[in-house]
Amino acid sequence: MKEKKLMKGNEAFAEAAIRGGCSLYFGYPITPQNEIPEYMSRELHKVGGTFAQAESELAAINMAYGGALTGKHVFISSSSPGIALMQEGMSFLASAEVPLVIMNVSRGGPGVGGIQPGQGDYRQVTKGGGNGDYHVPVFAPASIQESVDIIYEAVPIADEYRNPVMVLVDGMLGQMMEPVVLPPIRRQITSEEIAQKKPWALTGHKGERTHNVVKSLRLKPDELEKHNIHLEDKYKKMKRELIRYQTDRLQGATVVFVAFGTMSRIINEAVDHLEKAGIKAGIIRPISLWPFPDQAFDEIDPCTKVIISAELSLGQMMEDIKSAVAGRFPVELIYRVGGMVPTPMEVADKTKKILEVIA
Amino acid sequence: MKKIFEYTKGMLPVSTHYCPGCTHGIAHRLVMEVLEERGLLGESIGVAPIGCSILSHNYMNVDMCESAHGRAPAVASGIRRAMPDKIVFTYQGDGDLASIGAGEIVHAAHRGEKFTTIFVNNAIYGMTGGQMAPTTLIGQKSTTGIEGRKKEISGMPLRVAEMLATIDGAVFVERVALNTPANIRKAKKAIDKAFAVQEKRLGFSFVEVLSTCPTNWGLNPVESLKWLGKNMIPYYPLGNLRSPEEVE
Amino acid sequence: MATHKIFIAGFGGQGIILIGQMIAHAGMLEGKEVTFLPSYGPEMRGGTANCTVIVSDAPISCPIIDQATCLVVMNQPSLIRFEKIVAPGGDIFVNTSLIKHKVEREDVTVHNVDSGEIAKELGNERAANIVMLGALIKHLEIVKLESIEKVLAEVFSGSKADLLQLNQRALSTWKK
Repeated sequence: MKEKKLMKGNEAFAEAAIRGGCSLYFGYPITPQNEIPEYMSRELHKVGGTFAQAESELAAINMAYGGALTGKHVFISSSSPGIALMQEGMSFLASAEVPLVIMNVSRGGPGVGGIQPGQGDYRQVTKGGGNGDYHVPVFAPASIQESVDIIYEAVPIADEYRNPVMVLVDGMLGQMMEPVVLPPIRRQITSEEIAQKKPWALTGHKGERTHNVVKSLRLKPDELEKHNIHLEDKYKKMKRELIRYQTDRLQGATVVFVAFGTMSRIINEAVDHLEKAGIKAGIIRPISLWPFPDQAFDEIDPCTKVIISAELSLGQMMEDIKSAVAGRFPVELIYRVGGMVPTPMEVADKTKKILEVIA
Repeated sequence: MKKIFEYTKGMLPVSTHYCPGCTHGIAHRLVMEVLEERGLLGESIGVAPIGCSILSHNYMNVDMCESAHGRAPAVASGIRRAMPDKIVFTYQGDGDLASIGAGEIVHAAHRGEKFTTIFVNNAIYGMTGGQMAPTTLIGQKSTTGIEGRKKEISGMPLRVAEMLATIDGAVFVERVALNTPANIRKAKKAIDKAFAVQEKRLGFSFVEVLSTCPTNWGLNPVESLKWLGKNMIPYYPLGNLRSPEEVE
Repeated sequence: MATHKIFIAGFGGQGIILIGQMIAHAGMLEGKEVTFLPSYGPEMRGGTANCTVIVSDAPISCPIIDQATCLVVMNQPSLIRFEKIVAPGGDIFVNTSLIKHKVEREDVTVHNVDSGEIAKELGNERAANIVMLGALIKHLEIVKLESIEKVLAEVFSGSKADLLQLNQRALSTWKK
């Protein structure tokens, strides 16, 4: 058995990025993700990497863009209001087709909001935020181990699609500790590999090739339309290849919960409480929030009475659920917001009330 | 026959989109000549801003990228950290650098990022059509100040070179102008020193280049050069503000 | 299959988070499933600090608890605030050096531990948290004492090595 290490979420995320081959990190302090830049400032130079503290999140994502332009692997992190500032950069990187892994340790909003866990970033991260027709794949792990594995995997995914990729957790996963098995160290990309696999990278032409240009501006409408359609083809490919979800106990379930991240863990235990009370409940856990796992909803047993979106936000995911359910089942909402997190029993009680109303 | 003039290899053999009489072409060429003479064309990475010179990558024969409005110094910082052995520069206008990107340029200088910024100051927004810039002179007309800039409403024009010269990390700061052949020669010397500073990894180097915008100034090219000399230079004095001993 | 859901509360600077982490770490060394969930807030000393530790033989789905099997309170406001979190039949460990209030619940086992005073006698009042940890482990056998000793040696190493002996004594002082 591989060695387990008890690690704080944020530190494990940073270590996963280093082991995933990232050699550059740019960040700006914001709670509850500060352990990530702190860890990077201590550890990244030990593997020949570079840490720089930016003057703002806006600068951080643009530094990341600069770093990624050279073909090297870059990791950045922030939390909800900081992610809002990075949206300009995400749209730009998607347009310029530059890979990047972005970690969002989210908190309550809107505005400055609070620093306790929240999932109110759902719309901001799945529906854009920046301008134009673009998408950023978003993965929402539910444990520190799963986060580590997804961050590690996000590095090649970002490269493959030449697009930013986001890993979304909330402040609770960032702050808690769980045992993790760390992945092996992936060798950092070499200049030979960059020349071969990323011919677009800015490395200096050495007089040996025509100059490379990475750009976003396309003033001619026909040229921009062509680029938009090229990007859209890529997003369609992501929809075919990047959908991830888990289902549990859907067979014969009266109620099916849909929940991701921290909330899905609360639901797991709420389902046990309900079962003891004689109510069969199942769960759909989207891991990819964009692309949203529409097909998971085809697995729901026709005997199911209601689908409940369980969120630390006010029905933001419900919109996607309703679209996926397409009127086949009623969809209800159980939520806590503002940094409040429900207990499993609280969710079970609310579910019973919803079922009473429906019956 | 002896060749007395030849195009620099740093400029691609295409015509530019700049307006007649615009001095961007001269500034481009000076930067590229310096890089060619220093044997750095193949080792350089440039960052283009938002504004007229966003398309400078169509003309400059080095690896280049575009950047979002004002963010060029952050992008260059990222490139520089990733590629410590390359030459990195930003080429930015005054709307981009002195207004929306004021934070990025100050902090790049503050960190002493080892890249070079060429700051083309023509006292107006060019590409968007002649709006007021932080650098627009008192009384100078713009499409967002049709009666001319007023101090009470918009404050006094921002002297960027002087501001950056107060920052320790900005080790080379000089202001030059492109209004006369003599000044153009001085400008090239300053740009050359700025890249010398970078080659020696001494810190952040910055050259402010006073330029013309005949179209948005509503003047012909010759009048524009005179206007620059008469109005801009008195408010934006030419000369070196900081220079390390190593390049003198 | 035993599952311990431990809630530890006090004020910032009392080492609440540290003993929570130590229990989780020791549990992991024994091959048990563990989660450690701290409260977090603006950085300051003297504010409230609390954490939830779950140690179980079975996989842990949820790190948030409805009820604790055991509550450890290091200051009076924490007892008043969190007394109700303990499940009937559970345990409450009270730091009587700082808590004069009586536990009102009658369906729980109360362990009065004069951890502040004991630590003071050992020479450093700040080891009160380790005294309390020792009492907790001896009464509830959440993890083996040897595992905690191993973790203790790791925590008090390097620049803190001079504190190891004191804390070893603090850990073993409490007798049932």
